[in-house]
Amino acid sequence: MKRISFILLFSIFFSGIVFSQETSNKLPSVDIKTLTGETFNTSKISNDGPIFISFWATWCKPCIKELIAIDENYVDWQEETNLKVYAISIDDTKSMSRVAPFVNGRAWEFEVLLDANSDFKRAMNVINVPHSFILDKNGKIVWQHSSYSPGDEEEIYEIIKKLAVGEEIKHK
Amino acid sequence: MTKKIIIFLLYLSPIISFAQEEGKKNYGQIHGNFETIIQTYQIDTIIGVDSADVPNEKALSNSYLNLTYTKGKFSAGIRYEVYMNTLEGYDKRYNGHGIANRYASYTSNELEITVGNFYEQFGNGLILRTYEEKTLGIDNSLDGIRLKYKPIKGIKLTGLIGKQRLYWTHGPGIIRGIDGEISFNETFKKLENSKTRFLIGGSFVSKYQKAESPKYNYPENVGTFAGRFNLSRNSFILSTEYAYKINDPSSDNATLYNYPIFKSGNALFINASWSKKGIGILLSALRLDNMSFRSDRNASINDLSINYLPAIAKTHTYSFPAMYPFSTQPNGQIGFNAEIFYTFKRKSLLGGKYGTTVNLNFSQVNSIKIEKIKYNEVDTLAHYNGYTTDLFGVGKELYFRDFNIELHKKVHKKFKFSLIYMYEDYNKKIIQGKDSTLHADIGVLDFTYKISSKHAIRIETQILSVNKNGSGEKNDYGDWYTGMLEYTFSPHWFIAVTDQYNTGNTHHNSAHYYNFSAGYVKGANRIQVGYGRQREGIVCVGGVCRFVPAASGFNFTLTSSF
Repeated sequence: MKRISFILLFSIFFSGIVFSQETSNKLPSVDIKTLTGETFNTSKISNDGPIFISFWATWCKPCIKELIAIDENYVDWQEETNLKVYAISIDDTKSMSRVAPFVNGRAWEFEVLLDANSDFKRAMNVINVPHSFILDKNGKIVWQHSSYSPGDEEEIYEIIKKLAVGEEIKHK
Repeated sequence: MTKKIIIFLLYLSPIISFAQEEGKKNYGQIHGNFETIIQTYQIDTIIGVDSADVPNEKALSNSYLNLTYTKGKFSAGIRYEVYMNTLEGYDKRYNGHGIANRYASYTSNELEITVGNFYEQFGNGLILRTYEEKTLGIDNSLDGIRLKYKPIKGIKLTGLIGKQRLYWTHGPGIIRGIDGEISFNETFKKLENSKTRFLIGGSFVSKYQKAESPKYNYPENVGTFAGRFNLSRNSFILSTEYAYKINDPSSDNATLYNYPIFKSGNALFINASWSKKGIGILLSALRLDNMSFRSDRNASINDLSINYLPAIAKTHTYSFPAMYPFSTQPNGQIGFNAEIFYTFKRKSLLGGKYGTTVNLNFSQVNSIKIEKIKYNEVDTLAHYNGYTTDLFGVGKELYFRDFNIELHKKVHKKFKFSLIYMYEDYNKKIIQGKDSTLHADIGVLDFTYKISSKHAIRIETQILSVNKNGSGEKNDYGDWYTGMLEYTFSPHWFIAVTDQYNTGNTHHNSAHYYNFSAGYVKGANRIQVGYGRQREGIVCVGGVCRFVPAASGFNFTLTSSF
């Protein structure tokens, strides 16, 4: 009985939170690192156009698939929407130094940052990777998605196209 | 008590929600995430799950709720955890529920103050890293106070004091630490746009634990020091860290000779990479000598580690290459890792229409070369050093060796594949404490076919073949084969069927480890249900591992970020 009442309380509380999703918000300010080890504060993530942020790791297969799919379209999307992609690696000390040669070896042109102790990941409430966010040009988070399936890039493209022409994104 | 807090939050949540909808008045924001995993357990003798292995509860679950409140420079958060009772393979000391973590912090441009539970890493973590890794059941967060101060651009100072979380309580040791880092290119205007980037850092961490042994003269305060630098120019990056620990006799280093040893410890970690568009090369080396560092000298397994010692070998993605993963040996290891990433250009001979990506990796870890010091019970018991060693000596015993080659190719607009071969030597006696070294040859073939823009099919096949032992039978569990079929319908649905077939040997039945799973994703909410068998084995993240027993039953996972 005690257990059930707990679950009940939990879910009521939880639903209250879910409804509050309506409000969009800005990125938290967390110190992470560039590929050369210098400090980068996440409040500096900005662009004159839509921003796509992907939390990924070199050991995460679906993450890499998602970034490949974005990479294949990146030149076109940049031209059409002025999109900027930030790939936030959560590789810890073990594989952190793999990130630079890995990214260059694949000739990716994203802004790549290192979140070695998952500080930014925690601040963004990301549970598992891949997890991605889209921000409008004012830095407001308008969309987020966890996991990746082939074809998810179609939805991403629809949203960044809308943002590029100043259309409002409604939460689904 | 916890009930009262929940009811309080319950009352609070709609208020905060409404406050947000109003928008204009700034009452702050509340965000968080929620995760629950439920697993049922049933008898399945074929995979070795007898009635005694099935928990009395029949179903077990782990759940986590994180809530963060932010308003301007202020933020506060709690984590509520529920283990009713904890899943098989996790430490039973997790059983229970309550507020596991809570913190409050204030952040301005120069200063950050955190009170409560926090996660911190100094440099590469060789002397301090607190982190959480739910899949391993690790949360060694510090509970105390942390200050971060940036007096001028490019200079960062951190100071902290606290005790570590141990399940629902705290470890006995008090941890004090300071870290400083200077980035020359940021601090000195002249160097701002220099192609050469240089930064150095140093840290000191000390633990205090009362000594109560009549037999050994334990040090109550144990200090560790570390120094590091990062140097990069154009496409070349070099990073190095050296750490030193004073004498720290513990149950970890007592495993060497049955006496806690009083020798100091040290670690050296070097990473060098060079890369430009289409090519990347990485060389890493790591040497560890008596570097276990915990806030309780008697703690074991994954409890109360203050530092983080990364495994040098590559982390594999597919299940068979990851079946025998290397786990870091804090008492002593010397290893290196070399990796090449290369992409053959589009429209070249080997690149074809879409380009071809190749990845070559080799890593090897050995024991360190040591010379045992003669033990004399009367004279040296209180400060027995155990052994001497030289920094560049490589021991004869092989711990781990991995050579692997990966090929990733898109053949057609709708069709791509990955091919992997891996050659592995795994010293089971050192890494798992039983049996001898085994050799495995592993192959992976993974096809993805895109039926239409949102529908895709993926087929994965894997083979793992082990060598025979002295008595002529296959090592460990014998050979394995996997077949997997996955269908995804973007952006919401997926369904997958897997069968891992184990041929077994005289100690193990041959068995099909089948699994069915299906999931639904909407935004940042994800639900997954599954049914099947889970093989007994080791789950590792970054060189830290957890043993998972065989299990059979239904599972349900829900994750949500908000």
